[in-house]
Amino acid sequence: MNKLVQNEMLKLIAKKRLVVIALIIGVLVILFTYAQYKQVQTQREKLGTSDWRTILQQQIVDTTNRLSSSRISDEWKKQLQISLQQQQYYLDHDINPAEPGAPTFMRIFLENSIDLFIPLMVMVIASDLVSSEHSLGTVKLLLTRPVNRWKVLLSKYITLCLAISLIIAITGFLSYAISGVVFGYKGFGAPILTGFHVTDEGLNTSDVKLLSLWKFLLMDLGLVWFVAIVVGTLSFMLSVLIRSTAAGMGVMLAALISGAILSNMVSSWESAKYFFMVNLRLTDYMKGNAPPIEGMNLSFSMSVLLVWWAAALLVSFMVFTKKDVY
Amino acid sequence: MEKKITLSVKDLRKVIGRREIIKGLTFDLREGEVFGFLGPNGAGKTTTIRMLVGLIKPTSGSIHICGSNIAEDFKGALKNLGCIVENPELYPYLSGYNNLLHFARMLDGVGEGRIKEVTALVGLSERIHDKVKTYSLGMRQRLGIAQALLGNPKVLILDEPTNGLDPAGIREMREFIRFLAEQEGLSVLVSSHLLSEIQLLCDRVAIIAKGTIIRTDTVQKLLSNREKMVWRLDPFFKGKEVLGALTGIEEKEDGTLWTEYNEQMTPEWNKQLVEAGVSVLEMNRKMPVLEDLFLELTGGETIE
Ligand SMILES: Nc1ncnc2c1ncn2[C@@H]1O[C@H](COP(=O)(O)OP(=O)(O)O)[C@@H](O)[C@H]1O
Ligand SMILES: [Mg+2]
Repeated sequence: MNKLVQNEMLKLIAKKRLVVIALIIGVLVILFTYAQYKQVQTQREKLGTSDWRTILQQQIVDTTNRLSSSRISDEWKKQLQISLQQQQYYLDHDINPAEPGAPTFMRIFLENSIDLFIPLMVMVIASDLVSSEHSLGTVKLLLTRPVNRWKVLLSKYITLCLAISLIIAITGFLSYAISGVVFGYKGFGAPILTGFHVTDEGLNTSDVKLLSLWKFLLMDLGLVWFVAIVVGTLSFMLSVLIRSTAAGMGVMLAALISGAILSNMVSSWESAKYFFMVNLRLTDYMKGNAPPIEGMNLSFSMSVLLVWWAAALLVSFMVFTKKDVY
Repeated sequence: MEKKITLSVKDLRKVIGRREIIKGLTFDLREGEVFGFLGPNGAGKTTTIRMLVGLIKPTSGSIHICGSNIAEDFKGALKNLGCIVENPELYPYLSGYNNLLHFARMLDGVGEGRIKEVTALVGLSERIHDKVKTYSLGMRQRLGIAQALLGNPKVLILDEPTNGLDPAGIREMREFIRFLAEQEGLSVLVSSHLLSEIQLLCDRVAIIAKGTIIRTDTVQKLLSNREKMVWRLDPFFKGKEVLGALTGIEEKEDGTLWTEYNEQMTPEWNKQLVEAGVSVLEMNRKMPVLEDLFLELTGGETIE
């Protein structure tokens, strides 16, 4: 098995996919670092001070103003109320919610890339892992060795998991290393609030506790990794089922994008919560954002994703070991 | 004494959709022989080969490679098999060496020594570290064979190995295959739609059409009494008269006369013609074409 994984790694490296992915992540991080930097600057100019308490105060006033406007929908209103409560809590406890520094940037970057950007990068690798062997015709050589088919597929899957771990590590490292140039590398010990629950009555802060940012980041990374594995496994299944890499990628991309759109409009369609793609924003639960559909929480979303993952893996292995190869 | 049987196929069938593509094939390969699989395009050669190498599952029937049933002991059976199905497709983005390394890792006990050996055997040592995408078709074909030989197989299966090669390449390939069978004792199964190729290369041949084997026999027996002699004579009518009196003749549209090929009698007929004042402009031994052979074997039924 070791040798088979070595083989898959050899091919992956020869295709230079990981280098391309690292480059994309690097460029994106630079872009976001600049954007963040601009934002901080504008805020300072507007307020004439760099004191975050003043900024937070200003944000609370802004949010309150928006809430009093009559043209906003109920859902949006609820969201605003929750974030208002959070902001107030931070202010009362003298905690800077956006402690500037590379670790905070990394947290924000991870939270924003969990449902589209990271899955996209994972897809680049997963979606042609099997189908490319078909389009090259090398599958005929691969499957006529004295090696059982499930072992061939397992070696590919292990390689995928390794590659995904590497992508997450690269993302973490680059977002920290690059943004640190601008924001400084300190701030891992900063306290951050977690444990908010969104209930019918609004934000429940009874379980709220302070956590060091590095612990929070580790949890974020774990959640991002979990989502990436699930998405990777689904693309992997499509790669087994569909011979054309482009078609497989198209299906997966459509699912991911529809997930992003659905999240914003399905609050009244309850059964939509069983789709994997509306459950991808796991890190939102850590911050206490309102879920897209009422009743969803971290363990629910993780269970849904786990079921999709298991089903995809099962289908992949069943089909691959049985099917005729032409 | 009969040579050992290395590949044994019994009543092999394959149904795809509702069509029966392969309709019960039975044949054996023996040690050290080159076995031809001859049939027109669409006869089912590739489909059969795909079943032999485990890419598709037979609907019924059995395949044994060196005694192991491929359906029950896949690893045991495939250990003794090397193959190229259709084109020699390798990873274009890897070097030839890395391709061989890749497939060697999938075999037990095949190391760098063996990789060097097969590389030298197919004459690729010089370019082995170049990327495969820079290779010519002939080089790819050779790398494909090197790959198939890595695990010291007893049975080698090649699907249309000379497809797309130039005449020199075809000859080289032919000599190489004969070498493998005669010197290394491999059983080689070669499919082709070209009679001339099979004739020069194989010891025995199975003729296949529409998914059935019409006939299995040695090449000599199949072809010997089917060769023809083509004559071009001047003056034509006089020649026709003389030759016709000696043997059965067939008149062709291009002004030639065809008789059976008979080594003993040809000089005699030639002498008679010359004595009668007929000049023999051309005298040619003619191999039957596949289509004619089919017509004869199937009794006039077309092969579409
Ligand atoms: N995947 C498939 N689905 C349906 N029919 C097929 C498939 N593959 C081959 N065939 C049919 O099987 C027959 C034999 O094909 P093939 O084995 O490729 O012939 P050959 O290699 O002798 O030229 C052809 O009539 C072809 O149309
Ligand atoms: Mg064919």
